[in-house]
Amino acid sequence: MSWLLAGAIVLPLACGVLGLSLRPNRAMQQWVSLVAGIGHLGIATTLLVTVWSDGILVAQIGGWPAPFGITLVADHFSSAMVLITAIMGVATIVYALCDIDQRSLVKDFHPPLQALIGAVCGAFLTGDIFNLYVWFEVMLIASLALLISGGRKAQLDGAVRYAALSLVATTLLLSGIGLLYGMTGTLNMADLHLRVQQVENQGLLSVVAILFIVAFGIKAAVFPLFFWLPASYHTPRVAVSAIFAGLLTKVGVYSMIRVFTLIFTHDVGYTHGILLWTAGLTMVTGVLGAASHNELRRILSFHIISQIGYMVLGLALFTPLALVGAVFYILHHIIVKANLFFVAGATERLSGSSDLKTLGGVYREQPLLAALFFVPAFSLAGLPPLSGFWAKLLVIKASLASQQYWIAAVALAVGLLTMYSMTKIWVNGFWKARPASTEKPAPLSRLDRALLLGPIICLAAITLAIGLWPGPLYDLAERAGHELMAPSNYVEAVLGTSETAALGVGEGAVE
Amino acid sequence: MEAVIAVLVGVLMASSVYLMLRRNLVRFVLGLALISHTANLLIFSSGGLQGTFPPLISPGELEPGPGAANALPQALMLTAIVISFSVFAFLLVLAFRTYQRLETVDPDSMRSAEPVPAEAGMDGPASGGPQ
Repeated sequence: MSWLLAGAIVLPLACGVLGLSLRPNRAMQQWVSLVAGIGHLGIATTLLVTVWSDGILVAQIGGWPAPFGITLVADHFSSAMVLITAIMGVATIVYALCDIDQRSLVKDFHPPLQALIGAVCGAFLTGDIFNLYVWFEVMLIASLALLISGGRKAQLDGAVRYAALSLVATTLLLSGIGLLYGMTGTLNMADLHLRVQQVENQGLLSVVAILFIVAFGIKAAVFPLFFWLPASYHTPRVAVSAIFAGLLTKVGVYSMIRVFTLIFTHDVGYTHGILLWTAGLTMVTGVLGAASHNELRRILSFHIISQIGYMVLGLALFTPLALVGAVFYILHHIIVKANLFFVAGATERLSGSSDLKTLGGVYREQPLLAALFFVPAFSLAGLPPLSGFWAKLLVIKASLASQQYWIAAVALAVGLLTMYSMTKIWVNGFWKARPASTEKPAPLSRLDRALLLGPIICLAAITLAIGLWPGPLYDLAERAGHELMAPSNYVEAVLGTSETAALGVGEGAVE
Repeated sequence: MEAVIAVLVGVLMASSVYLMLRRNLVRFVLGLALISHTANLLIFSSGGLQGTFPPLISPGELEPGPGAANALPQALMLTAIVISFSVFAFLLVLAFRTYQRLETVDPDSMRSAEPVPAEAGMDGPASGGPQ
């Protein structure tokens, strides 16, 4: 089964390379990208189904046994993330067929996009912490290429900020990995789980844990490390913004959850206490930032930050229910957030503006688009029966169960402010009459309209389906959450049962 | 030996933070290059710094003798150096293009992505500029 794990990474990367060699032929490049996206979706679905029926899948790359070589691991959480990445990939490729129409831009879009998808899946599937760093760097370069494609002033400006903070993050991550290796002598995450328990200097371990919090915190855009996100996410083409908004910060959150359930659980009161404060402040600053803006994508960028707070909250509470909530939240949020960016882009194309001051009349002119905005927007705010309601319910229920009443109150208040923000967009952008000064753009062709609205309809349908039938996704999140909370299955799957026992008993005596 | 390297790592880190806090994109890029070297040195010292022999396996043996140097941190470093080198090259081009298009290297006067509401838009090539 190792081809499944490797295929989820190799297929997009290979198609990225193929796309580069096809640069002169625009149509061919688009077709290759689309076929690769659908193939990747097939692999990801098979992966999740296999993990669902057979349990954790492990592949030792190159046949090197576990702690020495690079291991790829797919448990319920990572395979669900890979599937959602594949869904986002296909949606973005289809949307981009209409959104990115200039010849000069198309040829620079698909290869880095495929590389980005491959790198994101690599980060989800790797069981080796240094390999995780490498995937972060691949992701960074691919996303920078997407970010500056087109070379407008705002893009360059945003890219400078994005590159600067991201590179500081990866350097901190690298330092953390170096120190961790110095203490434990291993890079395999399952092996690390066992070895950190034998480290004598637990204080130093906490210092390294903080390095990881800062590094992944910058990637995930938590308070107070989020400034790069609102500076850059609204500058590139909409298709690029959408996949960034959906996936990139969530890779940071995923890594944080992985590392802080598997490796750094030695002093939960301290590390996860910091995460709890971070989560609360992230939620509040994000939603307040959103309230102060008037441009659709800038409002939505700030909402990414505030929603990240809920996911980190799930990790910070560190109970089975809270982790189930965090997993559920991430899976629902990726779809909703990317979809909102798609809607913002479609509104700009169909109504001629993305600024609430000059936008108007969308409800009257584009009733379908208005309805499609309603689903993800109010799912984001947590309105029942949309998917966001269940996600918020789980996280808030978990914080009440842990008797963290203040953070539950904060989460509820932020939900209300999110509702305010979405209502602001609805009233000012969609409901009020079109201002006389804004010109109506020329209508799009039937095909372009279908390409633009198709992905939005599909993602909105997924959101609605999760909202009405939360059972299957809840079961998946529950399995993932319990796996995260009790990592012994993960460790056994990676290292093999006999070695786990040998390490646990023998190693302490030798050293 | 490790104490010397530890001090060196500290000094390098301080210098790179100082460079990165300057209001000049070129210095920032140099600071980033320096901080990645700092991280590399840190990894290098994590393997332990003693005067041992290289981890070569003599003929007929299955593993290097006891006390051989740990080769893995160097392999990690090599990977990190290659990555940071390519990222540095990219950053230099990005900084140069930004200077060409925005006509400034002062991050404070780059307001294209987040315009100040009052000025709304460009504030010209007045501040910053080539040093």
